[in-house]
Amino acid sequence: MMDRYTFLQKVGIYAAVALFLTFILLPFFEMFRVSLRPLDHLMSTPFRFWSDDFSFDAYRQMWVTVPLLGRYIVNSIFIALSVTLMTMVVVVPAAYAYARLKFPFKNASLGIFLGVNMFTGAVLLIPLYRVLRTLGLLNSYWAMIIPGVAFLIPTGIWLLRSYLERIPRELEEAAYVDGASRLYTLRRVVIPLAVPGLIVVSTSVFIAAYAQQFLFAITFNNQREYQPLPAGIFEFVGYQQVTWNEMMAASLTGILPVMLIFLFLQKYLIAGLTAGAVKE
Amino acid sequence: MSDTADGQITRAPRRTLPEGAFAWALIAPAMIFIGVIVAWPLVETFRLSFTDARLGGENYVGWANYIDLFNSGKFYDIVGRTFYWMFLSVSLKLVVGLIGASLLNAAVPGRALFRVLVMPPWVIPIAIGVIGWKWLYNGYFGFISGILQRTGLVADPVSLLAQKTSAFYAAIVTDVWVGAPMVTLFLLAAMQGVSRDLYEAAWVDGAGRWYRFRRITIPQIMPVIVSMALLSAIWTFNSFEIIWILTEGGPRGATTTLIIDTYKVAISSQRFGEGAARAVVIVGLLTVFSLIYLYFLNKVYKHYGAK
Repeated sequence: MMDRYTFLQKVGIYAAVALFLTFILLPFFEMFRVSLRPLDHLMSTPFRFWSDDFSFDAYRQMWVTVPLLGRYIVNSIFIALSVTLMTMVVVVPAAYAYARLKFPFKNASLGIFLGVNMFTGAVLLIPLYRVLRTLGLLNSYWAMIIPGVAFLIPTGIWLLRSYLERIPRELEEAAYVDGASRLYTLRRVVIPLAVPGLIVVSTSVFIAAYAQQFLFAITFNNQREYQPLPAGIFEFVGYQQVTWNEMMAASLTGILPVMLIFLFLQKYLIAGLTAGAVKE
Repeated sequence: MSDTADGQITRAPRRTLPEGAFAWALIAPAMIFIGVIVAWPLVETFRLSFTDARLGGENYVGWANYIDLFNSGKFYDIVGRTFYWMFLSVSLKLVVGLIGASLLNAAVPGRALFRVLVMPPWVIPIAIGVIGWKWLYNGYFGFISGILQRTGLVADPVSLLAQKTSAFYAAIVTDVWVGAPMVTLFLLAAMQGVSRDLYEAAWVDGAGRWYRFRRITIPQIMPVIVSMALLSAIWTFNSFEIIWILTEGGPRGATTTLIIDTYKVAISSQRFGEGAARAVVIVGLLTVFSLIYLYFLNKVYKHYGAK
């Protein structure tokens, strides 16, 4: 009853949704349009929306123009997965400590973690470069993974903590009374119960790690075979000309695997956000 | 029970760490990570800001970098532009996010699909989305200029990234595009957490849709709005990739924010000391901003009675 809309209201809602989604999806349509057209037609004036000779040639040619393209796509996913895995290994115990235990300097140390959120790699590039050089990690996958992990730890702790706080304490207390050690309780009682929360938090970490690879890649890595897609894609900007159609084709192809994964995961992700992020 | 019959509990005495030590053992890996990769470089940035470090070497120069910085008129322009960039972009992200979340929350067929279609800008690499925008803004071949020409609004191609004013606002639009989907989804999640009873009670009393939105939805999700605003503000302030790929801070500095300026000085020109001084200023500004904000956040939480 309360949720019923009049016909006009429905039209209004759909029109507004259409406008909103046009804004969101416009760049993707444009990239697809560009990827289908031969370069000389693309670069012709006056402006034309379509040309008669669509082709998927760019999707074939791009592998020739940038031979390492496949590698870049895989690198991106590999780096994001490694960041996610390392972040979660570090975040789970810390989030548990903040959710459940009492200890000295609890608030102060949590404050430090959250303070880190204020900085991004861009502010600390020079000394970070030196640290990575000292540790011998420059120009390797690690040069992009390690800083990525560090800047995602605070968010991970913050998100996971609120999930763990919602798990009933009684189960842990029961395990403890039965003689289980603290670590055993964490491993065998808390973590299995927290699986939905772990999925949501690790998905959020993966998204952040996948979305923001550009800066560390162009600053800390000069080995082409380790480059992730956001940096490697700029190889289409050549000395002579930019092969825009292939660049767009490669962009769309490159994000396709992750988009497909999200298509399957989105139900859990949205459900998890709905259940989690709100009631702190 | 047989084992208590003789007053003995046959259980091995447990050897456990005290709670405090156990907790610190759990936190230690995260702390060490942050210490090496964030805290130490931060201290090092402070030190470098008092030197004239370049590739060759470094000498202590006292406050010289800071004095140069504060005596240059250009620097104040950049600070002002950065805050304008932040306020405008964050406000738009919140407005777009709020409208988007309300639309996706409306009980109409197809909303599950709409929710999926909002996600792409959030889950793809920022750089890839920005490449799409760069083409959209292109004066000769891009869609926006093309539409404007076809509809006769402009006679000649408009290169949005080539003029100072339009480049700045074009970068804002792209930044909003990147940031709004996440705000939308978090606000949507918050809206769905609002108890239905509140709406029903108001509805029974004859409250209209707009009234319910203003007097129930907004106050109920206010804590989430305010925390999203803080997070967005910090991310927007620090935003690098979007501006760098679109304009590299140009044309003629029109899109140069503090982060872009710092990157140019420190990395492109390799004047590490001067770059570090700028980084310290950024850290200071963000700290002051966040403290003021947290003060207000506290008030909002108290006012709306959230935990």
